[in-house]
Amino acid sequence: MKRFKALVLAATLVASMALTACGSGSGETASTASSSPSSGTIKVGVVNNPPSESGYREANVKDMEAVFSAANGYDLKTFYSLKNDEQLQAAQGFITEGVDYLLISAAETTGWDEVLRKAQEAGIKVYLFDRMIDVDESLYEAAVVSDMAKEGETAVNWLLGQDLSEYNVIHIQGAMGSDAQIGRTGALDEQFASGKMNKVVQQTATWDEAEAKKIVESVINSGEDFNVIYAENDGMAKGAVAALDEAGITHGVDGKVIVMGFDCNKWALRELLAGAWNYDGQCSPFQAQIISDLIKGNTTASSKKIINQEKGFDAKTITQADIDTYGLGE
Amino acid sequence: MKNQTKKVFSGGLGQLTIPLVAIALLVIFNLFRDPSFFSIGIMHNNDGNIVLSGNLISIINGASELAILAMGMTLVTAACGGQDISVGAAAAIAGSVFVKILKSMPSITGGTVVLAFISACIVAMLFGTFNGTLVAVFKIQPMIATLILYTCGRSIAYWINGGATPTVSSPIISGIGSFIPGIPIPTPVLIVVLAAILFRLLFHFTSLELFTQSVGINGSAARLNGINSTFIKLLSFIILGICVAIAGTIGVSRLGLINHETLLLDVEMDTILAVAIGGNNLGGGKFKIGGSILGAYVIQMLTITLYAMKVSSTDVKAYKAIVIILLVVIGSPVVKARVSKLMSQLRTAKAENLTKGAQ
Amino acid sequence: MQDNCLLQMRGIEKNFPGVRALGGVDFTLRKGEIHALMGENGAGKSTLIKILTGVYQMDGGEISLEGNKVSIRSPQDAQMKGISTVYQEITLCPNLTVAENMYIGREDSAWVKHKEYEKRAGAILDSLGIPARSSQQLGDCSLAVQQMVAIARAVDMKCKVLILDEPTSSLDDKEVNMLFDLMKDLKSQGVGIIFVTHFLEQVYEVSDRITVLRNGELVGEYLTEELPQVELVAKMIGKELDELSALSESEDKDHEAGEVFYEAKNLSSSDALPFDFSIRKGEVNGFTGLLGSGRSESVRAIFGADKVSGGTIKIKGDPVKITKPIDAMKNGIGYLAEDRKRDGIIAELSVRENIILALQVMNGFFKPIRRSEAEAFADEYIKVLNIKTASRETPVGSLSGGNQQKVILARWLLTHPDYLILDEPTRGIDVGTKLEIQKLVLKLAEEGVSVTFISSEVEEMLRTCSRLIVMRDRHIVGELKGKDLNQAQVMKTIAGGES
Repeated sequence: MKRFKALVLAATLVASMALTACGSGSGETASTASSSPSSGTIKVGVVNNPPSESGYREANVKDMEAVFSAANGYDLKTFYSLKNDEQLQAAQGFITEGVDYLLISAAETTGWDEVLRKAQEAGIKVYLFDRMIDVDESLYEAAVVSDMAKEGETAVNWLLGQDLSEYNVIHIQGAMGSDAQIGRTGALDEQFASGKMNKVVQQTATWDEAEAKKIVESVINSGEDFNVIYAENDGMAKGAVAALDEAGITHGVDGKVIVMGFDCNKWALRELLAGAWNYDGQCSPFQAQIISDLIKGNTTASSKKIINQEKGFDAKTITQADIDTYGLGE
Repeated sequence: MKNQTKKVFSGGLGQLTIPLVAIALLVIFNLFRDPSFFSIGIMHNNDGNIVLSGNLISIINGASELAILAMGMTLVTAACGGQDISVGAAAAIAGSVFVKILKSMPSITGGTVVLAFISACIVAMLFGTFNGTLVAVFKIQPMIATLILYTCGRSIAYWINGGATPTVSSPIISGIGSFIPGIPIPTPVLIVVLAAILFRLLFHFTSLELFTQSVGINGSAARLNGINSTFIKLLSFIILGICVAIAGTIGVSRLGLINHETLLLDVEMDTILAVAIGGNNLGGGKFKIGGSILGAYVIQMLTITLYAMKVSSTDVKAYKAIVIILLVVIGSPVVKARVSKLMSQLRTAKAENLTKGAQ
Repeated sequence: MQDNCLLQMRGIEKNFPGVRALGGVDFTLRKGEIHALMGENGAGKSTLIKILTGVYQMDGGEISLEGNKVSIRSPQDAQMKGISTVYQEITLCPNLTVAENMYIGREDSAWVKHKEYEKRAGAILDSLGIPARSSQQLGDCSLAVQQMVAIARAVDMKCKVLILDEPTSSLDDKEVNMLFDLMKDLKSQGVGIIFVTHFLEQVYEVSDRITVLRNGELVGEYLTEELPQVELVAKMIGKELDELSALSESEDKDHEAGEVFYEAKNLSSSDALPFDFSIRKGEVNGFTGLLGSGRSESVRAIFGADKVSGGTIKIKGDPVKITKPIDAMKNGIGYLAEDRKRDGIIAELSVRENIILALQVMNGFFKPIRRSEAEAFADEYIKVLNIKTASRETPVGSLSGGNQQKVILARWLLTHPDYLILDEPTRGIDVGTKLEIQKLVLKLAEEGVSVTFISSEVEEMLRTCSRLIVMRDRHIVGELKGKDLNQAQVMKTIAGGES
């Protein structure tokens, strides 16, 4: 009996914890932006990953909510989850509810055929954003995505433009197999293969800042020479820079080592502005306006796959206005 | 002479044999691989301070969070016969609180840093109390009880600061995570030393060690001797909470940035390993904090060695697993019994030879 | 004679670090005999048996079974060769069923045939008259029944040599008789039984031959009928019995004069029904009754060891609250628990740490006893109680049972209690230590300490107590003192019926 009581109490505790935990992930489930959808409003259902996933996602979610607002004539319903099957269910729900447009950033690339077919049958137009899905092109209107490989190319082209006499690169990779890692690694690997750049070390830090610091520390301790750090996100670049600072190695504009990062966090862009880093590649979370324009017919899609234009920022040219416009987070 | 060797195998040093042998093997291996591996350099860092550098410094510096967590984990293991797997997530929460408080202050001064740290401590101790209550009062297995915080801890950390990766920069923060001007030793290393001394004092000025071991070895007998085992178990989790706050603060201060997803990621498994490599029984009972600290250094030394060999960091985990399997098997009771049997056989054989010689 | 020989052990030697456990011991077991293996704790009985059953490997000597030299490599190996053991501590799995316990580890096919095992086990239990169902969880049976299941398991393995290591220490008289019948039955079938026990009467009741060990050496082998009980004890402890008889002569145990130290009215706990009890300063009293009569539960309630559910308590006339052990300790009460392994020793901690434990708890969390002071305490009590240990830093778990018991006694003596409760302090320990403990109890009483002494051996209680509280079916059914303190009266009161 005593045991039973303890169990019940524990279960209650667990349940309450779990409930509160879930609250963050999907608290905004199907929150309606306007209460009385008139004939003029366009009903949009968005299936996305939760803002807690990353700074990128947070900006992405905010952007969606800002663009598809009641003021712009939209009735927005959202669902956030990291789980594909939950996303599928939510999409199904939006279809049953009868939205006009379904916007999807899928957790996984597979399993979406049936749901998208149903959407098509119901006359609902589907736009993919941020992430592609493995389905026939006919099942969606257009996909607005980042081209990670292009981000890599832009960055590597910028690096080649620095005209260094030699390129000894420490390459810190993100979690192996992720889109961002594959894309951002590709262009640099080509340079390594062609012999134009010299690979001092190529290691994955799985997006972990502390791990990035250890990798750079290990190179410094081995006494090997290097003059470029190419980190596949801002956090890892920061970790690398911490290792340089502790070892008394200068970096950034006029420094010995060129520091490159990705994602354009505000704090990272400020490092650029201060000249401590050299380059930051954008990975734009702002697809909402492009989709809105397509929906309203302001523009037409030239192809099914629309590449979101992404910039690369140079420490020498960056301005405070850039930070305010393109910086993520705070 | 004979007495001394015996002491090494059965007495005081016995428990530390495995981590010490592991460290010795790694040192020898590295010296063969690259004699300069252990060279220590003195240089100026970018703040103009004179600092020590080299792999050895990287090892003891990098293992700091692990060592501090391992100290607290040893206590929880000893008292409860199980481990807290939520330390990484809890450290992310503590680190987030630390940053949150700093960001809400108009400026970062010594006072605000202390305030932020104390807040992080209180929050981590509260979560420790939560875990401890589940374990000590509700008698839930520690791994199961802490699975809750392990699962939702990083989400909680996310709420504290919101999505992005907030940064704090100040000489005081870099003083905690990197170097204090004028002291060439990384501050985290000094914090580990301080924590070890604090534990030593705690054991000296309280009966924590005796009571914890009694509760861990024979809870029923401990209770009949008037020990409040619920309190002891709860206390072990609260002390671990303080360790978590310290580790989280160091982790945040190293880069002046909190990334709730990656701060001390997977550290719980390394911490449990450090405790195991340190020769402590994961089923509770007798313990040696020193063993766990050495265990942490063994793990870090292994990691740095593999990095220096340019083993891909995805493969590092596999190599680490192999070495750890070896260490744990060597430290297992079965192998220990075999070895001591072999030793005694050798000894008797030697004694017989001696007596034969005398005849 | 030699043809009849079932098992021969010659010149068996065994050393442990720092201790010579066995030095050239011989032992012979014949077919169809019950052979008692006797000796104080630490005499080497357990070691000899563990060698015979493959738990330990001997350092020297040889073993032959039915004339063939054998080496026994493991417990499984011993079982295969027909040597089965029932240990002092139950070594079965409490969370498996009775049937599973009887067949675990010796299934004849890869498939566990639950139904068949249950049927076979049921038949054996029936034939032995063991009151257990084969499908019930072993842990739900009483300790006594668990013990008998262990014996049933051994019997079913068609063993040639059956070793019974303290099989009767948790059985009541009826169960003991049942066991003896079973032993005699097996004996007539030609099984050789090695019987290890501390109960002398039982040795004389069933055994044919006695082998005595002392300090790891063989003292001798005797025919039971040719060795008087007094001589047996003398051979075991190596000294004449004057002291023992002197002790039983001392009849001056009347401490009625002292004031009442402890008084309980309607005291009850989760395990004990309400009862009244009081004890005077310097008095030695005892609780007696059969196993399960509630004697242990009652004293546990006094100490607050189980959840106290009601009653009022006065110490020296002042009302106090005792609901948990620390309350009792703060009021000067000490409690040596019945189950030494489970509730007494902290096995992996040193003798020193075990001795200071209770005092340390009373001193409090923030006042640790200094190392040097603790060492002095430990040394003192190792000397006073004559604890045989390699050093004060030896883990207490590696000591013999009697010495472990002394360590726990030392632990409570160190707290200088006013009232000491000793629940079965002499169980499973050797005659010499039993005697020492009884003497100690009387000495404490003389110094004004109240003692409650519980023992399964009524003899011991008659020798030490001035008052006996008799319990039956969880109720106090009588209180004996003065001229009523004799074996016959105790038995009569325990048995109940007309007085």
